[in-house]
Order: sequence, then C-alpha cells, then structure tokens
Amino acid sequence: MSTLATELAGIVGAGQVLTKPEDVIPYGFDGTAALKGEAGIVVFPESTEQVAACVALAKTRRVPIVTRGSGTGLSGGSVPVPHAIVLCLVRMDRIFEIDPRNLTARAGPGAITQKIDEAAAAHGLFYPPDPGSMKISTIGGNVAENSGGLRGLKYGVTRDYVMGLEVVLPDARIVTLGNACVKDVAGYSMKDLFIGSEGTLGIITQVLLKLLPRPAARRTMLASYDRIEDAAETVSSIIAARIIPCTLEFLDRMTIRCVEDYARIGLPTDCAALLLMETDGHPAAVEDEAGRMVEIARLHGAREVITARDDAEALQLATARRSAFSALARIRPTTILEDVTVPRSALAEMVSFIAALAIEHRLVVGTFGHMGDGNLHPTFLTDERDEEEMARVHLALDAIVRKTLELGGTITGEHGVGLAKKPWLRQQLGDASFELMRQIKSAIDPDHLLNPGKIFD
Amino acid sequence: MAATLKQLDYAVLQQCMHCGMCLPTCPTYDSTRRERNSPRGRISLMRAIADDELAVTREFADEMSYCLGCLACQTACPAGVNYAELFETARAEIETSGINRTPARSFWRTLSLRVLFMHPRVLRAFGKALHLYQQSGLQSWARTAGLTRLLPADLRRLEPQTPEIAGCFSDRLIAEHEPAPAPASYRVALLSGCMQDLIFPDINRDTADVLLANGCNVHTPPVQPCCGSLHAHNGEREMARTLARRMITLFPPGDYDAILSNAGGCGSHLRHYGPLLADDPQFAERARLWDLKLHDVHEWLAAIGCRPPTAAPFAEPKTVTYHDSCHLTHGQKVTLQPRAILRLLPGIHLAELPESSWCCGSAGVYSITQPEQSARLLERKIGHILETRASVLATANPGCHLQILNGLKNAGAELEVAHPISLLASAYRRETSPNHPL
Repeated sequence: MSTLATELAGIVGAGQVLTKPEDVIPYGFDGTAALKGEAGIVVFPESTEQVAACVALAKTRRVPIVTRGSGTGLSGGSVPVPHAIVLCLVRMDRIFEIDPRNLTARAGPGAITQKIDEAAAAHGLFYPPDPGSMKISTIGGNVAENSGGLRGLKYGVTRDYVMGLEVVLPDARIVTLGNACVKDVAGYSMKDLFIGSEGTLGIITQVLLKLLPRPAARRTMLASYDRIEDAAETVSSIIAARIIPCTLEFLDRMTIRCVEDYARIGLPTDCAALLLMETDGHPAAVEDEAGRMVEIARLHGAREVITARDDAEALQLATARRSAFSALARIRPTTILEDVTVPRSALAEMVSFIAALAIEHRLVVGTFGHMGDGNLHPTFLTDERDEEEMARVHLALDAIVRKTLELGGTITGEHGVGLAKKPWLRQQLGDASFELMRQIKSAIDPDHLLNPGKIFD
Repeated sequence: MAATLKQLDYAVLQQCMHCGMCLPTCPTYDSTRRERNSPRGRISLMRAIADDELAVTREFADEMSYCLGCLACQTACPAGVNYAELFETARAEIETSGINRTPARSFWRTLSLRVLFMHPRVLRAFGKALHLYQQSGLQSWARTAGLTRLLPADLRRLEPQTPEIAGCFSDRLIAEHEPAPAPASYRVALLSGCMQDLIFPDINRDTADVLLANGCNVHTPPVQPCCGSLHAHNGEREMARTLARRMITLFPPGDYDAILSNAGGCGSHLRHYGPLLADDPQFAERARLWDLKLHDVHEWLAAIGCRPPTAAPFAEPKTVTYHDSCHLTHGQKVTLQPRAILRLLPGIHLAELPESSWCCGSAGVYSITQPEQSARLLERKIGHILETRASVLATANPGCHLQILNGLKNAGAELEVAHPISLLASAYRRETSPNHPL
C-alpha cells in the first residue's frame, strides 16, 4: 500500500481501504453511460470524525476527494478524477430517528432513500422525493444532487425537505446547518448552498429531513393519446383547474413500446403518448380530483382512460414508468439519458422538436418524463463504439440544449451537471452568474480539493 | 457460446449500464456493501478483462466463487443483462487459466465432475456404498469414536452435513413406463436427477403419481445422465455439452408433450440447452426443440390444469410457507405456479415467507466452497421461516431442501420440509386411504 493508503488505514482501519485493482475497478463509474474514471484508493469511513480526518489528510497531501454513495448518479458526479481518493459513505447508513412530533427524520448520508420512506411509513408519515433510483441511491447523494422524482410537481424536490445538514468542509471543519424548526431566518441560508452542490463544496455527513403525513388515499390513471399536443394540453388544463396531481408522467411511442416489452402490463403500443396521472390526499379530495382529471383528459381527445382498480394495479402502472429509462436500455448497448427541462407551456413544442431531430440525425430516441413540471428525459439509444453515430448524437444533444435555452429552460432539471453537462453551463447561467458560482467555490474550497472538474473547471 | 470473456459478443458486456438496480437484490453486496461483490461490480471486472485492462487473477477467481450465481440480479435488471452467460463464461475462463489449480482441488473436481457426475452408474454405486455406511451403524460409530477427526479439515467440517442416502433409488420406485388411468392426454418424460434420485427418490415417485393423476403417461428411464448444470456452473462447459447431448439422445424432444424437471436448479440449466449446443450442427435443432418442451413440473401442471385434490395432505390442518428456490424463480421464472398448487390443497393455510426468494445459501456447491457466507444466508432464511410460525416448509429444489433441513436441525426447530408436489401427492393418496401416512 502507498503511504497515503497506509495513513488512511490509520483513520478508518486497514479493512476499510481498498487499493487492489479488482477492488477499485468497480468504482470507476457511476450510473452515467459512457463515462469512466479510474479509482486509485477507495475508503469507507463510518463516522463524521473519520470523514473529517480523511479530509484533513487529503488537504495536507493535496489529494482531491470524490465522494460517493451507491454510485447511481446520472451526470458523472461520483466518477473518480485522476489521483483522487474515493470517499464512499455507504457504511454511514443509519436512520437515527423518526420524530413523529416534529415530523422529522435524521439519517446518515449512506442511508438508502427508500428505507427512510419505509421507516417514516411505520409512523404514518412519508418522505416525498422519489427519484427513480430510490431503492439503492443514498440520501447523501440525493441531497448532493438535489434529486427530483415523479412526485416533484406536487411535493417538490429534495431541497424542499432538507431541514438541516451536518457538513464536513474542505478544510476539515465540521459545521451544522439548519435545525428542526419550521421557520428559521438566522444568517444566510447556508444549507441551500450545499444542497445540489454535487460534492464540490462539502461532504454531507448527516441529514435532517422533513416528513409529511402519509396521504390516506391515491388514485392512479393512465390516458392514451393520438397526439402529444393533446397530452400536453391535458396537463395544462389540469393545472388551470387548480388540481395539482402528485404524478403527471409522459411516455412517447418509442418508450411505451420498450416498457411494454419489458413489463408486459398491457400498455397500448400504437398511440403517440401516454399520460400517467396520480392524485393523492384525503379520500374525498382524491375521488373528486380523479374524476375531474379523467374528464379533462377525455375533453382533450384521450383515446382511453384507465383507472387502476387497486394498489397492485396502481403499483404496476407506476413501476412501468419507473423502469422506462432502463427498459429503453435493452434496445442498444449504450443509453444516453438527457435531462432538459422547459417551462410547462413549451413542453409539446420541445417533444416534437426532439422527434424531428431524431429523424434528421438518423438516431433512435425515446422521450419520457415529468410532464407536470416540464422535465423531459430524451433518451438516446446508441453504441459508444460507433464513432460516427456518436458524433451525430453529440450534434443532436447540442441542438437540444440550444433549443432548451431558447425556450427559457435548463440543461438539467434533476440529474446535475457533473461531467456530462459541463460544456453548456456557462451558456445557460450567463457570465455573471457563472463567475459568482466560481467565487463561491474559491471561497469555500480554495485548494479545489472536493470533486474537482465537476460542474465547472 | 464463447470460451473466454474476450470472445464474447461485446454487446453482452456493454448491456450493463451500471444503473445499480441489481445491488439491493444481491446477497453478497448486502453482506459487504463492496461494489466488487455486486453484479454490477463483477461485470465491470469482466469487462476490464475483455478490454485487456485486467488479467484473470486469483482475486477475480475468488470473486466469481463468492458470487452465488443466484440470478436475482437478472430478474432485477431492467436492461436485460444475461448475467447467467457472463457468469458461466467467467467461470469457464477461470478454469482454463488454471489460476486456481491445486492438486487437492483438481482431485475433487475430477472425482465429482469427471467421474461421479459423468457416470450415473458410478454415482449410484457410490450412493449405495454411502447408504450402507450410514445404515449399518458404521457412520454413527465413526462419529462417536471421533474417527471423523482424522479427515482433512474441509471434509471434517462438511461431514455432519452429509445427506442421508435413500435405500432405493427412483429406478426401484418407478417403472420405466407408467400409463395414466384412461383417458390419458399427454406423454411426458420425468427427469430423475442426481441428488433428487439418491436422496429424495420419494419426491420423484410423488411427481410420477401427480402426473398420472392428471392424465399424463410417464416415461422414466432407469438410468439417466446428470443434466450438466453442476458442470456448466463450475467452468466445465464441454462436459456440460456432452451431458446435454446424452440427455437429448435419451429423450428425443419430438417424442413427448413435455419433458419435466422437479428440481428448480437443474430445470433452469435444462431449459437452456439451445444456446449451449447452438454451435453443434448435429444437435442444435433438437436442442432448440428441447428447450420448448422442457418444463418445471408446477409450470406444466398449471398449463394443463391440475385436478384439485378433495382430501388434505395431512391428518390435521397445517400452516405451510414456501421458499422460492433461486433458479426456479430467476432462472425459470416460475413463482406463481407452486403457490397455486399449494392453494389447491384443503387443510393448508399458505403463509407468505418474508424475503421468500432471497437465496438460502445452498447455491449448488456454495455451502462447500463458501461455508461462512452460506451459513449467514441460511441463518437469515431460517429466521424468516420461524417467523411465519408455519409447521411445514415447502420448497422445490433438492439443494435448498437439504440446506434448510440442516438449518432447521441446527436451530432445533420442529418443521417438516416437503416438495409442493409431495404435498399434492399425499393429498391425492388420502382421497382413497384417509389414514395414509405422509
């Protein structure tokens, strides 16, 4: 073992430091296609103190740190950079407490998001943000990326549920930000700086989350359309009717076919768009809203609207949507998932634009996403070994980004910038905001110790 | 089928997009939280070998030995990664590389894979000898006299787990041709297996009875080869191919409506003879047809319609819980049918087993090669079984059956372990003779 590895072993124990190729090769990637790095050393701290000691050591040795949870991110945030220490927090997975009086949950960064929701459920509570990866992704990762999920339109994203954070700073100081109070305006809202900072400003070592009472009822419906525009109009009308459903998910024709192929639940494969709608809350409200949503869908030309008859069926429909990304991946060896978001009113236009672009560049693209909040996932099905096709993929991606920014959208609604979206960040933020972001980074991490090269250089 | 990872169609390796959905289903990742002990991690190592970034090393060999081969990841993988093919190719390459070779290991592999499990008559002779040793009192004497301490450490550890060999094997219990009472609708072949044949031949008899009761003429040749799953899973693909050819020759697929297996693990390998023999012009077509005819017995009964019994399998009502064997679940995708059969039984309350498809640790020869991890998994399984307060554990794979029997014995628990088909057979028997013991 190198000196650095030996010193790290002194902090976390020899069994918690990996250096052998067979041990570290699997840490070279996250969930992003076609991105690979090389991990030299992987360490598994089990406490905040150990994390701080590792950071102090790294600072002395001027070695960068890349923090990691389960490594399921979709923009390269936890792909190792050269010569970095990979700090893997999966051992810090305790759910310390669910407090039903304050409606909070306290957990280590390595706790699996779904397990937090399950623990809350035992008290009749729930943790709303539901990213597609929640069975395996960690809350620390979710906070670092400000993950979204299907329930985003009604319930918001991870940021809206972080009440407090314990963070280890790049100089190894440990800070506690926020608290269990519903209202608190003392000082700058510093926890917001770290939420979504993708491991570049600090390492999250504990989270205090807000919980909500678990909704008593839920109704799931699936509407099929012959035109995407009709689906988009349905969405706008639903919101105009003062209904905020907890789920409004859209799948295009390509995606529907792939998901049906995989999940085999009887999705209609010959329509242009499917809209998965869910409303939850008080049973009377759910009954009312569900009825009105079905009516609105029909009014806008829905071919058919199916309402799930029970929890099992509802779960089936929702599960099919959750596996859209991965079901598309069966088609070709490489799957590139994009994450552009536009204002809701521009959604239909964006979807049509992407479809036309796919034809123009002779590419296979499936688009699905959170129609309720304009967050689309155009998914390119390709083969990274085909250089010629990859060149066309990059042209198409570029065109999509330009169109998105033209429409006042963002290059990333929930997956983060990481490595994948770096080329376009300055363009979206504009020079002044971009420089402000750089200043903040330099102030907090002057040595560029934490996750260098991510988000920006 | 490729002999090495490099020879594999690269698209098979690329199919993994490292989404991580396999991680929560993997028992070894659950134990260690180390990426290399997960399917995603193992595939990344395999890809590194195919890319010439890593050699086939001892560490890699160890890792592929640590993998249970339970295929839970294959069920969880939305991208359709063929982990079974990757796993078998990796293990085959490890054997060819010789990285693990030691005289002792070579001895045991030759004895088991090349001698015993390639020659059914030799296996049977060995079984009979072991039975004699057990029944004559010699085994208990050797144990009490402490003679077993003379065994090498590994054998000494395994010795208490030696299964009880049956007195009669399937060929003495089942006639080669047994016609169903008229009207018979189907002609089926019954595969007697190896472990099943030597340790649980009564399960084969029960299977024949159930098939006869459901209008099937049953053909059970007295001497049948091993199906080859042991060989394929342990890096001996050529031997597996030889056995597959023997099976197909013994049971020409065109002669039957169905070829039936009652062992979850074997059945999973048996229904993939097509890819195994795809490059053999003499057998490729027959192997393809074989795969279409090969069924798990529960699957077959569900397809043809199983006659519900009018009597209960036991004299009094009992609670039964069902353990999903990995290969029946993930390899064959048969989960609802065994439960449906259990629900047909009067006097049985079916309690769902928590983590029913979490591996019990039997995993072929895993309890021999990875005893600690096997024991950990067994403990978890036994814990759940006891939670259900069932008095009967039903399972449809001999490996799991033995493993769970051992676990229950060690836990001092009084549960019975039975194959769902045995419970059905018992119910049928008690229709005509209510006092028939199970």
